[in-house]
Amino acid sequence: MTRNLRYLIPIALLLVILPYALPPYQTILFSYGLIFAIAALGFNLLLGYTGLLSFGHSAYFGVGAYAPAFLVKYFGAGSMELFLLAGIFFTAVVSAVFGFICVRYTRIFFAILALALSQVLWSLALKLFWLTNGTDGLRVPTPTLLGGLASDVLGSAETKLDFLSHRYYYYVLAVFFLCVAVMWVIVNSPFGKALQAIRDNETRAEFVGVQVRRYRWIAFLVSGVFTGLAGSLWVVLNGLVTPDILYWTFSGEIVFLTVLGGFRTFAGPILGAVVFNFLKAYAVGFTVYWQFLLGAVLVVIVLSMPTGILGTANTIWLRLRRAA
Amino acid sequence: MRLLETQRLKKYFGDTHAVDEVDFSVTQGEVLALIGANGAGKTTLVNVVSGLLPPDGGKIHFQGIDVTHQSIHQRIEAGIARSFQLVNLFDQLTCLDNIALPIFSREKKTRRLMALADKDRAVREEAMEVLQQFGLAPKAAMVAGGLAQGERKLLDVAVAYALRPRLLFLDEPTSGVSTREKAPIMDIITSIVRSGKITAVVIEHDMDVVFTYSDRIVVMHEGKILADGSPDEIRRNEQVTTTLLGTTVAP
Repeated sequence: MTRNLRYLIPIALLLVILPYALPPYQTILFSYGLIFAIAALGFNLLLGYTGLLSFGHSAYFGVGAYAPAFLVKYFGAGSMELFLLAGIFFTAVVSAVFGFICVRYTRIFFAILALALSQVLWSLALKLFWLTNGTDGLRVPTPTLLGGLASDVLGSAETKLDFLSHRYYYYVLAVFFLCVAVMWVIVNSPFGKALQAIRDNETRAEFVGVQVRRYRWIAFLVSGVFTGLAGSLWVVLNGLVTPDILYWTFSGEIVFLTVLGGFRTFAGPILGAVVFNFLKAYAVGFTVYWQFLLGAVLVVIVLSMPTGILGTANTIWLRLRRAA
Repeated sequence: MRLLETQRLKKYFGDTHAVDEVDFSVTQGEVLALIGANGAGKTTLVNVVSGLLPPDGGKIHFQGIDVTHQSIHQRIEAGIARSFQLVNLFDQLTCLDNIALPIFSREKKTRRLMALADKDRAVREEAMEVLQQFGLAPKAAMVAGGLAQGERKLLDVAVAYALRPRLLFLDEPTSGVSTREKAPIMDIITSIVRSGKITAVVIEHDMDVVFTYSDRIVVMHEGKILADGSPDEIRRNEQVTTTLLGTTVAP
């Protein structure tokens, strides 16, 4: 732990001074990265720690994003905390139900079932125009943070860009730190050990008294809530939510950035999320064939670093130390 | 006192009668050896009693309670634990965590999400103690996947033992290790079982091991119990020696 602090404190400090060191656009990109990192942390509780590959996590991200949008549409709510609570509540309900169905299966059957369920939500969001505005989506205006306590010194002179690149960045950062801490405790708790035991050997886990299906379900629920929370943070940053966020390709992105960073490590998905987000943003700006470019880069990275960025970095570090 | 009793227990795989109306019982405090040729139904019997496989008929009573239709989880809570012939460990967890998990589970602490496992000193110390008993303490921080075969066999037994069961099934605890390693492994296991006053059922092929370490021997043959008695009785039983022992034991 003390050894980890040596790396954690400088990184945390860098994140804190970031808005003063980078232009607003970069800071906002970083916010996106941190939000996807929260989603990836949740996703990796299933993949890296429980051994379940979900191809449907766009569902929970999407529900987390639509919940604040509905609050705005139907109740005119404008409190960020309310947004987050609604996001957590609705993703908890949806992931409890979907999880209950999915954990009856493992491996490819689990992955496909999770995918199918997320596609149901996507088609609903697309077709129920009266509720979701279809592909036009729903707008989410700038909310108050902490009930107005965290208002800006600029007052009414604050632009949307100021808000997103400064106050909202710190809000996201605080939630991110909290999520990292909570997830770190969960994966190192007796419950987390039980999940890792299930991942390693399902039969034996059952024979030491772990009720495998129930524990998988709880893991699914926690995973969904983290991802949903990320969705609620995202929708404010994005200002708009459309059914695209529920589509399976977004689930694929979550899988991808987790594998990119390294799903066998705790911090891998966090790094993967930030890196992937920058990669994507710059690929889009660089060429109209950005998907091709991104795909090519990703293929090369996966082939040359099968354990992800962090896994590879670890291996190199260990090799250097042994050589020294 | 009868700890475990099965009545006309049946398990069929198609036309194969793996366990064929078996009346099998275990008395409190004994170390019982379950022997028989490959395919005699020993492992299937243990699989049915431990809850891995549902029976096709018959009853299982443990401490006088009908457990025939109980889940694995309920049977573990009642005090039935088992090890596995083909080692079943949590390969990416450390040896210490492999032992800590059954202890957490026994104390119903695996439901805790917001507590650090490593900070639970009582569990850590007990897990260390178990590793010590099995001679695995120096490997505590090593991942289970990195152990040698003999150590893996021991750890497999230790994981089941850490549940502090009343009845412990050991499915070939010395299979897959060299002849030279067998005796030390059995010495460790039997001394722990006897000092912990745990009733144990050991499936074993090696007749030297069986005669040396058991109080009673049950011989299975083609799904049925062929003989049941003390090591001396079994050694003298001609039916057993001809159908089973053959040349493995000198007269």
